[in-house]
Amino acid sequence: MNSFLSIISITLMYSAPLIFSALGGVISERSGVINIGIEGMMVTGAFWATFTCCFTNNPWLGFLIGGISGSLLALFHAIASVFLKADQTISGVALNLIGPGLAFFFCGLLFDGKTATNPITNKLPKIFGNNNFISEFMGVLNVDITVVIALILTFVIWFFLYKTKWGLRVRAIGEHPVAADALGINVLKLRALCVIVSGFLAGLGGSSVTLTISSQFNQTSISGQGFIALAALIFGKWTPFGAYFACLFFGFSQALAINFGGYNFISPTLLSCLPYFFTLLALMFVGKSVSPKSNGIPYKKA
Amino acid sequence: MLSRISSKFAVQMREIEKSFGFQKILNSFNIDVEKGSIHAVLGENGAGKTTLMNILYGICKADSGKIFLNGKLVNIKNSRIAIKNKIGMVHQHFMLIENFTVLENIILGNEITKKFGILDIKKARYQILEISNKYKLNVDLDAKIENISVGMQQRVEILKSLYRGADILILDEPTAVLTPNETIDLISTAKEFASENKTVVIITHKLNEIKSSSDVCTIIKAGKNIDTLNIRSTSQEELATKMVGRTFALAVEKNRTKAEFGETVLKIKNLNVENKKGILAVKNLSFKIRAGEILGLAGVDGNGQKELVEAIICGIKSKSGSIEICGKQIQNTSVQNVIKNGVSIVHEDRKKLGLILDFTVAENSIFSTYNLKLFSNKGILNMKAIHSFAEKLIENYNIKPQKCSEYLTKNLSGGNQQKIIIAREIASNPKLLIVVQPTRGLDISAALYVEKILMKERNKGKAILLVSFELDEIIKLSDTITVIYNGSIIKAFTQNNFSKNEIGVLMAGGGRTENYSKDA
Repeated sequence: MNSFLSIISITLMYSAPLIFSALGGVISERSGVINIGIEGMMVTGAFWATFTCCFTNNPWLGFLIGGISGSLLALFHAIASVFLKADQTISGVALNLIGPGLAFFFCGLLFDGKTATNPITNKLPKIFGNNNFISEFMGVLNVDITVVIALILTFVIWFFLYKTKWGLRVRAIGEHPVAADALGINVLKLRALCVIVSGFLAGLGGSSVTLTISSQFNQTSISGQGFIALAALIFGKWTPFGAYFACLFFGFSQALAINFGGYNFISPTLLSCLPYFFTLLALMFVGKSVSPKSNGIPYKKA
Repeated sequence: MLSRISSKFAVQMREIEKSFGFQKILNSFNIDVEKGSIHAVLGENGAGKTTLMNILYGICKADSGKIFLNGKLVNIKNSRIAIKNKIGMVHQHFMLIENFTVLENIILGNEITKKFGILDIKKARYQILEISNKYKLNVDLDAKIENISVGMQQRVEILKSLYRGADILILDEPTAVLTPNETIDLISTAKEFASENKTVVIITHKLNEIKSSSDVCTIIKAGKNIDTLNIRSTSQEELATKMVGRTFALAVEKNRTKAEFGETVLKIKNLNVENKKGILAVKNLSFKIRAGEILGLAGVDGNGQKELVEAIICGIKSKSGSIEICGKQIQNTSVQNVIKNGVSIVHEDRKKLGLILDFTVAENSIFSTYNLKLFSNKGILNMKAIHSFAEKLIENYNIKPQKCSEYLTKNLSGGNQQKIIIAREIASNPKLLIVVQPTRGLDISAALYVEKILMKERNKGKAILLVSFELDEIIKLSDTITVIYNGSIIKAFTQNNFSKNEIGVLMAGGGRTENYSKDA
C-alpha cells in the first residue's frame, strides 16, 4: 500500500516540471513555432530560480524569476525564427546550447567557480505545509504546490485555447497563417508572444525542479526533461490535457525506476533510463500525430 | 475613358504599378467600379487579375498608384484596413482552416466576446444565421471545414465577408469548383447583394459565365486595362478576341474521326477503394474504355475521382474488384507494373506529382522511361541521348522557349510545363492515357493545344480516361460522358445523346440512384 502511494506521489512530483514545459510547448507549437529549445529554457529557468532563492531566501520570487529568465531566452527564439524566419529547429538547438552555456558561466561567476549553486534552504511549500505532524498516509500525499499549480495551469491554458478569442487566433495562425492574416490578424506578433509565453512556462518547469525536488542547481538538475516534455506534447497530440496526461505517464515511469531501484535486481543505472525508454516507446505507438498544419513553417507575407 | 473620382464609384484604382522582381505584373492600371454593379475582371492566367485584387484587399502592396473607395483616397496597407473599409474577398484557393468549425472560421479575427475575451458563441451563431438566411447561404455552422463540400466552403467564405459587413465583395474565380447549379445559386446571391447598392467584383477567365452574371466587364491583358465594356452590348467572340489579343475561334474543331472503337483497353469491375481516412470513396464502380475512345468522368471534386485514379495506377490499394488492362489484371500490383502494362498518367497537380521543378526539362522528360537501355546503361545515364530525346519533344510539341532542354523546368510557363508532361507520357506510347484536369490553369491557347493533342491521340486509337471538374471540357472532348457522384458512376451518356442540364443535376447528387455498373 505504501509503495503504491509513494509511486503516486513520486509520479506527481516528477511530472509537475514536465507539465509546465509541455504546456509551454503546446502554446508555442499551436501558434506554429516548433520549440526544441525547451530544454535550454528549463536549464536557464532552473539556474536563475535557484540563484534568486539562494540570495533572497524567497522561493516564490525565484519561481517568478525562473519563468522570466526562460522567457528572455525564448525572446531570441522569437526574434530569430519568427521575425527573421530562421529555421526553427536550428534556432531551438542553438538555444539548447546557449541556455546551459550561459547558466553555467554565470554559475561559475556567482558561486566561486563551482558548477553547482549552493543548496537552497527554503523550498517551495507542500500543499499541506511543511509540518510533519500529519499522518504517514497524508504525508505521502503531501505533494509539492507545483503539482497543483500545474493542474490549474493546464485548465487555464485549455480554457484560453478553446474558449477565448485569443486562443482561437493562436490556433488559427498555427494551422493556416495566410488565412488568419487575410482576416487582419497580426501573425508575427502573436507568434512571437506565444514563443515568449512558452519560454516563461518552460522556465517555470525548470525552476520547479530545483525549487521542489533537488534544492540545488547542478549539471544533472535538468537532463533531458525538456525533450521529454516535447515528447509529451506530441504524445498528447498538442492539447493541454493530452500533454498533461502524457507527462503523468512519463512521471510514472520515473516513479517506477525509483521504486524498483530499491530492490537491486536490475541495475539502477539501467532503470534510470526508463523514462527515456518510455518516451521512445510512446512516440512509436502514438501513430500518425496531428500536428498543427503550419507548425515549423516560418510565415512570410507575399 | 476614365471617370472623375466620385462617390458614385465603389472602387477606383489609378495608375497601379506592381512588379515581382523584374517582371511587371501591373502596368499603370486604371479601373472604375460602379456601386451596385456586378463587375467582371476578365483575363487569361498571368494577366494580373488576382494581383490586382490582392492589392485592393491589402494582401500585397502596389509599387505605386492610388486607390479610391467611394470617392475617398485610402491607403490599404493590409487586410485589416481593407476589412475596415468594408471590402471582402473570396479567394480562389479558399482561406479556410480545415479543422476548425464553420462558425469558428467565420468569426475568426472578428470575434464576439463576453468579458475577458471569452467567446460568445451563442450570439455569433445568431448573427451569422441572420445573414445566411437573408442571402440563402445555407451552411452547417458546427461542421468542420474538412467535412463539407467545396460549394459549402465557398458559401462559408462569402459569409465571412458579409459577417464583417462587406459592401464590396471580390470573388476570385468563384465558379471554378462549383457544379452548374451551385453556379446559378452563386450568381443569384451576387445579384441580390448588388441590388442593395453593394458591389461585386468577379475575377474570371470563363467567358460564358460573364454574360449571365455581370453588368460590366474590364478586360486585363499583361497588366493593362485593355477595355471596359458593357456586357449586354458585347458578344462573347468580341470578349475573347480582346482578352487573347487576336481573333480567335472559340469553337474547337473537333477533328473527331468517326467513332470506331477497338478492343476494350481498360475494364474496371465492381471496384471499391477506401480513402485515407478509411472511408469507402469508390463504391462498386464499373466501366470500360475501348481503344480510340475518350471517356470523360464528370463530377465535383472529392467524389472519388482521386481514389479511382490512384487505384488504377496502384498508388493506393483497392479493397475489392478488378482492374484489367487489355485483359490483364493489374489491381494491387505496383506502379512499375502498371506503367509496364501501358498506362500513362497526366496528374492533376503537375507541380507536385508531374514534374520536379528544379530539374531540367531533359531530366523531366524521361521520368517514366529512364530505365530504357537507350537512356541508361548499367545505371549510368546517357545524357546525350536524353537531350536529343528532349529536344525532339520540345520541337514536336512546340514547347517554348525553343531548345529549352537545359532549362530548369520551373522557368517555363504553366502551359509549357503541362506540354512537357503530356509529351513525355505520350512518347512512352501507352495503351491507356489517364489525364486529370489537363487544362487547369492554362490560358486559352495552351488549353486548346492540349485538347487538340488529346483528340489526336484518340484518333490514333489510344484509350483516354479524362477526369475533369470542368463540365464543358468533358462535353467537348468525350465520346462517353459518365457522371461520378459519391464514389459511384450514376449515369453514362454518349457524345450525341446527352443533356447538359441533366449532367449538372446528377453531378450535384440530384440523380436517380440507378446504378450504371449493372449495364457495364
